[in-house]
Amino acid sequence: MHLVSFRLNGDERSLAVEPRRTLLDALRVDLGLTGTKKVCDMGDCGACTVLVDGRAVYSCLILTVDCEDREVTSIEGLGLADPASTNGEAALDPVQRAFIETDAYQCGFCTPGQIMSITALLSEQRAPSEDEIRRAISGNLCRCGAYQNIVRAGQRAAELFATTAATSPTGGPR
Amino acid sequence: MSVLRVEREKSEDGEDQYTVVESEMAPAWKADQDLAIVGKPIPRVEGDLKVTGRAQYAYDVRLSGQLYAKVLRSPHPHARITRIDTSQAEKLRGVRAVLSRASGPTVSWFEDTELFSEVVRYVGEEVAAVAADSEEVAEDALRLIEVTYEPLPFVMDPEAALKPDAPKIHKDGNIAGEPQDYERGDAGAGFQQADVVIEHRYTTQAALHNCLEPHGCTATWEGDHLTIWDSTQSIFDVRQEVAARLTMPEHRVRVIKQFMGGGFGSKQIAWKHTAIAALLSKRAGRPVQLMLDREAENLATGNRNPTRQHVKIGARKDGTLVAIEAEIVLATGAYQVGGEAAAVDGPYQTLYRCENVKTRQTAVYVNAGPAVAFRAPGYVEGAFALESAMDELARTLDMDPLALRFKNYSDVDQKEGKPYSSPDGLRRCYDAVADAFQWQAARTRGPQETGTKRRGIGLAGHDWIGGSGKPPGYAWVKLNADGSADVVAGTHDIGTGSRTGLLQVAAEELGLPFDQVALHIGDTAYGPYAPVSSGSATQATIGPAIQAAAVDAKRQLFEVAAPMLEVSPHDLELRDGAVRVKGQTGRQMAIAEVLGKIQPHMIQGQGSRGANPPDKTVHTFGAQAVEVEVDIETGEVTILRVVAAHDCGRIINPMMVESQVIGAVTQGIGFALTEERIVDQGRGMVMNANLENYFVPTVMDVPEIVNVPVDFPDPIANPTGAKGIGESPLIPTAPAIANAVYDAIGVRIYQTPLSRPQILAALAKRRTNGTSNHADVHGKVAH
Repeated sequence: MHLVSFRLNGDERSLAVEPRRTLLDALRVDLGLTGTKKVCDMGDCGACTVLVDGRAVYSCLILTVDCEDREVTSIEGLGLADPASTNGEAALDPVQRAFIETDAYQCGFCTPGQIMSITALLSEQRAPSEDEIRRAISGNLCRCGAYQNIVRAGQRAAELFATTAATSPTGGPR
Repeated sequence: MSVLRVEREKSEDGEDQYTVVESEMAPAWKADQDLAIVGKPIPRVEGDLKVTGRAQYAYDVRLSGQLYAKVLRSPHPHARITRIDTSQAEKLRGVRAVLSRASGPTVSWFEDTELFSEVVRYVGEEVAAVAADSEEVAEDALRLIEVTYEPLPFVMDPEAALKPDAPKIHKDGNIAGEPQDYERGDAGAGFQQADVVIEHRYTTQAALHNCLEPHGCTATWEGDHLTIWDSTQSIFDVRQEVAARLTMPEHRVRVIKQFMGGGFGSKQIAWKHTAIAALLSKRAGRPVQLMLDREAENLATGNRNPTRQHVKIGARKDGTLVAIEAEIVLATGAYQVGGEAAAVDGPYQTLYRCENVKTRQTAVYVNAGPAVAFRAPGYVEGAFALESAMDELARTLDMDPLALRFKNYSDVDQKEGKPYSSPDGLRRCYDAVADAFQWQAARTRGPQETGTKRRGIGLAGHDWIGGSGKPPGYAWVKLNADGSADVVAGTHDIGTGSRTGLLQVAAEELGLPFDQVALHIGDTAYGPYAPVSSGSATQATIGPAIQAAAVDAKRQLFEVAAPMLEVSPHDLELRDGAVRVKGQTGRQMAIAEVLGKIQPHMIQGQGSRGANPPDKTVHTFGAQAVEVEVDIETGEVTILRVVAAHDCGRIINPMMVESQVIGAVTQGIGFALTEERIVDQGRGMVMNANLENYFVPTVMDVPEIVNVPVDFPDPIANPTGAKGIGESPLIPTAPAIANAVYDAIGVRIYQTPLSRPQILAALAKRRTNGTSNHADVHGKVAH
């Protein structure tokens, strides 16, 4: 077992894992964060997409022991509790709100990965073209076929960020 | 409301049959009724759970002490197991339970087989299972299990399996069940009257569901009570099956399914893994999660049956169909698992008006994973062939394909001899598609050519036996003292938006604001029975049951409120959360006020799904038109646009319906162009049981899909007027694409997928043979 320390959704985490433990399994099994989904476990589908140092990566293709000192953001790290919230509720991130508004999902299993890919895009490119959005999610399969609305969600999220300029997408440059 | 009466009839074989007649359904919402909540694009109620990753799927269950299981699968397409030794696996540190023929209880399974059979009949069949502290340790343990196989001869192709000397997969041979024969009129005599006959052999591939959440479950025991979180379309079927197989009473098995990562038909039965997880958990004394990996998912949990269809259609020169004949062979895989339901012969029998029709459908065993229903099973395969043939007929007669379809339009279900509940449904879809696509203008313009690119258009229509819903279906409505309501049903939302659509029906009938009603589903312990969510039935089965329960709750509320308002219960109505005296403004009481006077007593309504109309057939219909671009140098087909119109009765939620249409068309594009399970015929192995080489569409493969809403309430179908939409939009996509490809390049492809090699080969053949590959067209049109 190896002891690994990294920053996860803003918190310092340390855990002991076998060297072969993927980041995906560490998140889902060791840390109980099941929002990141396991579908193909070989880098074909994008359902396990998380941000590592702000970039979208397939967490099934990265070993936990390679995450030492890195910054990992999973779907659970988006829309974290807003200290300024007046009603005490955690706010949804604009990308998450955009998915609900545009019905950019059906079964929802690919949704966290799609949201993380779009979040990574928007942290680099605040006003992406439709083609850039398509490319950003071209490695995220959706078997229900919600692509058309996922692209719209990307466009809508960009609009929401533009109208709330103070907020930076999670995982982006701060 | 409970059972009203039971009617006894004698069946054809003399056995008593009992037909249950349940509660009368609610009064139907009129076709033009002004509804407040139904028909609105309300976003999915579970949206926040899905976008935050908090929606709990079977794969996400985490229990204290939970183990992880893996299954050892046969590497042989057909073999007898002569020896299994699991002792080394059992000794591995972290292994908590092992099951196999050598060590498990004997549990009967599909047909006359067992949970772990002596004879395995496809690559991927279950041989043994291990539960361990982690998936990695379970995998290590599988490698330590020693199995000796005696390989047996095998056959992978359905037509080869029908030959007399083919290896026998089951003791009675390779025909699964009885061939399905249908005949009306005299097809032979019909073809005598034909001026034109189109005759071809069409083939469709084995397509894999590839639900993103694999099949699987988490199982745990508390004493002799078993709880299972299963990724299933049918919690009650899983409960019944697991209880029967493990010889337990049903009340000791509880099945829960709140969220599911796709099913598309493949999760409508109880599969072996659920029983395996339960047995491992019992043996280990700890919760066990058994989720299939992607390879197992693609080998062992169903596929769309591949077909070979010999089709012959005859018409007079004015386009009138005089005869249709189809001889269909389909591969059902190694077992009939009980959820196949593929009516490939269906479209031939009912889509067009034709007096002389003859079909035969034969299901054949092959040494491959079992077939199971896949979104509009059978109709997708049958419609590809029939609608390709109709396009060819239109070309041969120099008719507009749309005009040919109107020429042979059927208002009645010719198989049952009954009119449709919505005889104009298909007509409206054709009109809507033609209008939105600008079909006539595009047709006049003709195919376009730029460099190596050719553009063309095509269309196809369809009918579908699904979408009607039917009994049984039940619901409870509880009116709370504060005026809010809980609706309880044993049904599921399989990702289609059922939660939202069913809540809209409840809120509408109760006259409550949408956010004052909650829906509780997906648990056998806390809701009334519900059937499997398949056949696009959930909205049309459970919706009317909820509506009836709401009416029952209202009736009771009016009884309570009548003395308070000093009127007869018949003079009351419920609107905007208040009981009102009809026609008198101001005389009203809020629900909370009425119930406040009787609490802690409360009102609980019960409803059930009444019968479908006995004298009408409830079907759903649709049409699609597509424009494609074919690169004649590479064979690549690019879909430029799709216009779809589908009749699902009253649209309860236009946002959910549009998502279903777009999703089904997307799957249809995959079926038409790229998806195919590839089998090494010589070794009996699937070569692409993964998402790397099995090509489901990506965002880069789909064009703008335009859904033209056809809001056409069908109050005859059921009182809500709504029918299902989940499956039907997948049916016409592949033939519409094939017809557009023909329009673009003048070459017809008779098989799916229309892959690049197929298209290049067909183009090369045309260059050698002349102008058309319509080689099998018999007869000439007399001008």
